Amino acid sequence: MIYREAGDFKTSYRSDGQTFPIRLDRWGYYAVLAVAFGVLPFVIDDYWANAVFVPFLIYAIAALGLNILTGYAGQVSLGTGGFMAVGAYAVYKLMTAFPDISVMIHILLAGGITAGVGVLFGLPSLRIKGFYLAVATLAAQFFLVWLFNKVPWFYNNSASGQITAPTRTVLDIAVTGPTATAPAKYLTCLVFVVALAWVARNLTRGTIGRKWMAIRDMDIAAEIIGVNPLAAKLSAFAVSSFFIGIAGALLFAVYLGAAEVGEAFGINKSFLVLFMIIIGGLGSIFGSFAGAAFLVLLPVLLKNTLVGGFGWPTDLAAHIELMVVGALIVTFLIVEPHGLARLWQLAKEKLRLWPFPH
Amino acid sequence: MKTTVPALAAAMLMAASPVMADLVVPNMSYRTGPYAANGIPYADGFADYFTLLNERDGGIGGQLIQVPECETAYNTEKGVECYESLKSQDPLVLNPLSTGITYQLIPKVSVDDIVLYTPGYGRTSAKNGEVFEWVFNAPANYWDGASVAVSHILDQEGGDLSGKKIALVYHNSAYGKEPIRTLQGLSEKHGFDLLEIPVDAPGQEQKSQWLQIRREKPDYVIMYAWGVMNQVAIQEAVNIRFPMDKFIGIWWSGSENDVTPAGAGADGYKSLTFHGVGQDYPLYDDLRTHVIDAGKAAGAGDQMGNVIYSRGVYAALVIAEAIAKAQELAGTPEIDGAQLRDGFEALEITPERMAELGLPDFGQPIALSCDNHGGAGLARIQQWDAGAGEWSLITDWIEPDAEILQPLIDEDSTAYAQEAGIEPRCN
Repeated sequence: MIYREAGDFKTSYRSDGQTFPIRLDRWGYYAVLAVAFGVLPFVIDDYWANAVFVPFLIYAIAALGLNILTGYAGQVSLGTGGFMAVGAYAVYKLMTAFPDISVMIHILLAGGITAGVGVLFGLPSLRIKGFYLAVATLAAQFFLVWLFNKVPWFYNNSASGQITAPTRTVLDIAVTGPTATAPAKYLTCLVFVVALAWVARNLTRGTIGRKWMAIRDMDIAAEIIGVNPLAAKLSAFAVSSFFIGIAGALLFAVYLGAAEVGEAFGINKSFLVLFMIIIGGLGSIFGSFAGAAFLVLLPVLLKNTLVGGFGWPTDLAAHIELMVVGALIVTFLIVEPHGLARLWQLAKEKLRLWPFPH
Repeated sequence: MKTTVPALAAAMLMAASPVMADLVVPNMSYRTGPYAANGIPYADGFADYFTLLNERDGGIGGQLIQVPECETAYNTEKGVECYESLKSQDPLVLNPLSTGITYQLIPKVSVDDIVLYTPGYGRTSAKNGEVFEWVFNAPANYWDGASVAVSHILDQEGGDLSGKKIALVYHNSAYGKEPIRTLQGLSEKHGFDLLEIPVDAPGQEQKSQWLQIRREKPDYVIMYAWGVMNQVAIQEAVNIRFPMDKFIGIWWSGSENDVTPAGAGADGYKSLTFHGVGQDYPLYDDLRTHVIDAGKAAGAGDQMGNVIYSRGVYAALVIAEAIAKAQELAGTPEIDGAQLRDGFEALEITPERMAELGLPDFGQPIALSCDNHGGAGLARIQQWDAGAGEWSLITDWIEPDAEILQPLIDEDSTAYAQEAGIEPRCN
C-alpha cells in the first residue's frame, strides 16, 4: 500500500536505472546514511564501537570483496584470511616506514598491494575451476600465513612476531592506536564501507560486472560472445583482493590494534567470510551486509543475553552459542538457499502487493 | 532486524552491570576451545581464591571482591569484546592468561588506567616498569623460564654444553616465539646448538615435528606449548621413545591434564614451575571448607590440586596482596586502578607472609618497585611420577641468567618506548 512503484514516474533513463527505483527504498537508504553519519557518531561508546559496529563494518567490506569474486565472478576462494593478512602487514609496514603520510592513504595502498597479490594467486583460475580453484586459493591462505610468520622483516623483527599499530591521526584526531576514540574508529570504517559499497554496486551493474556474471554463468559462452576470460577473472581477483586488503588493514589498525598472523588471519577467517556471503546471499551487495551482520552480531547478542541477561555460566553460554549459530546457518540454508538477501527480496515483493495479494 | 538486535543487546548489557561499590577483578577465562584443558583449572583457581576471601574474611579491607567472568576462548577478537564489556564495570586489574590478548591490551590499559597482571606469560620486557607503567609480570617470565631450563640442563651435564643440541618445540605464536632470543643468546654463551621447531596453533598435528626430532636426535627438548598441544607433544615424544627426563616443558606445559593422556609413558617428564605443587598446604583446607564444601566453587569444582589450579590461586593471591597494599597506601578501602598500580609497585611478599597466608614454601619472595615489574624470576623443576600420578619438585629455586636477560629486556622495552612514544618514568 505504501511500499509500491505506482505513481513514481521516471522521465529519464538515468532515473529509471537507479539503484533504488522505489521511493521508500530511496528514503530508507538516505535515512540509514543520515543516522549512520549524523546520529551514531554522537551516541556511540567504546563497547558499541569495538564489539559491534567496527567489526560489523570491517567484515562487511571483506564480505563485499569475497562476494565480488565468488558471488559475481563465480571463482570460489578460500584465501580470504591470507589476503586480509596481506592488507594488515602492508599497512603495518607502511605506517611504520612512512609515519608522516596519512593513514588513510596507507590503507588504500595496502588495498592496492593486496590487489597485486590477489592477481598473482588468481592466475591459476585461468586453468582450473571450482573445487580445484578453491584448493589453489587454500594454498595461498597457508602460504601467506607461513610467510608472515617466517620472515621477520614483515613484523619489524619484534621478539614475538606480533605487529602493533602505532597511533596515527587524520585531521589531528587519532584513528589508530590506543588513544583513538570510539566515534573516530567508527567513522573511519564507515567512510570506507560507504565508499566501497558504492564502488561495488556501480562496478557490478556496469560492463565489468556483466562480464564477471557472464563468466560465472558459463565461461565458454562468455568467451564466444567476446568476454576476455583473462581480463575478467583477473580483474575480479584484483578488485576483490583490494576490498579484502582494506578490510584486513582496518581489522588490524583500527579494530584489533595488535595482531598475530596465525591467530587473526587463519583459515577460520576465510571460512567465516565465506559463510557470511553464503548466508547473506551470493551475488548481492545487501547480502554481504546481512551476512556480516548475522555472523558478527548474533554471537555478541547471544552472549549478552545468556550470560548478561540470564546469568548462565560462560562456558555453557559459549557452547550454546556455537550450537545456535550452527543450527541457524543450517536452517537458513534449508529454508532459503539463496540467503538473507533473497528473504529480503521476497519480503519486499510481498510488501508491494500488501494488503491485496493475488 | 538491524535496529532491534542492538537494542536488545543494549538492554541485556545494562542488566549485566554489577553494583559499583565492590572491587572488580574480572576473570578473563577460556572454558571452551582447544585451550580449555588448561583454561578451566586456572579460571577455577582464580575465582575460588577470591570466593574464599569473600566468604572467610569478608573481602579485602572490608570490600567484597566481584569476579565477573568473560569467555575469551583464547581468541583475540573475543578478548577485545570482553575487554570492552568488562571496562564498563570499572575493573582494577585484568589477567587474560593469553599472550596474544596481553599484547593487544598493553596499549589500551595505559589509556584506560587498568593494571594488567600477567604472571608467567605476556610480554617479557614488561618487566621494565620504566616503560610499561601498567603491566606487571612477576614472579617470573618466559625468558626467565628459558634461562632456568638451560641452567638445569647445564647442571645435568656437569656444567658443559658445548656440542650439545637442544631443540625448542614451540607454539607458533607470540607466546612460543618469546624465548627464541634468549635461547639464541644462551646458545652462543654455552656453545650448544639450538634447533627451532615451530608447531602451528592449535597443535593437534605434530607428527612431522617429532619425526624431525627423531632424525636430528637433540640431547634435550625444551617445549613452549599450551592447551591441546601439550598433550599431543608428550604423546608424540612417548611414541618416538624420547627420554622423558630430557624433555623439559615451560610452566604452561606441566599440569596433570597434559601428562595423564600419555599414561605410564610420560613418567619422568619434567617441567618448570614457579610455585609449589600438590595440596599439602593449609590454604587448601580453608578452600575446601569455605568454598568447595560450601558449594561455591567455580566451574565443576573438581580441579583442586591441579598445578594450573594452584597457579590460578597464586595469581589471585598476588593480586589480593597488591590490593591490600594499595588500600594501606591510599588509606581507603575503595581504590582505583592508579592506586592499585602503586600497590603493585610497593608489593612485598615475604616467605613469612606466604606462611601466614597458608602457603608456606609455595612461592618465591616477591618485591617489586617502580622500575622492576617482574620480580626475581626464579623457578623450580618438577617431575611427573606416572605411577603415583603426581608432580614432585626435584630442585630448589634456580636463578635465571641476568647477564643474558637484562640487555634483551632493555633492548625490547626501549624499542617499544620508541615505537609508542613513551618517556621512561621512575626518575
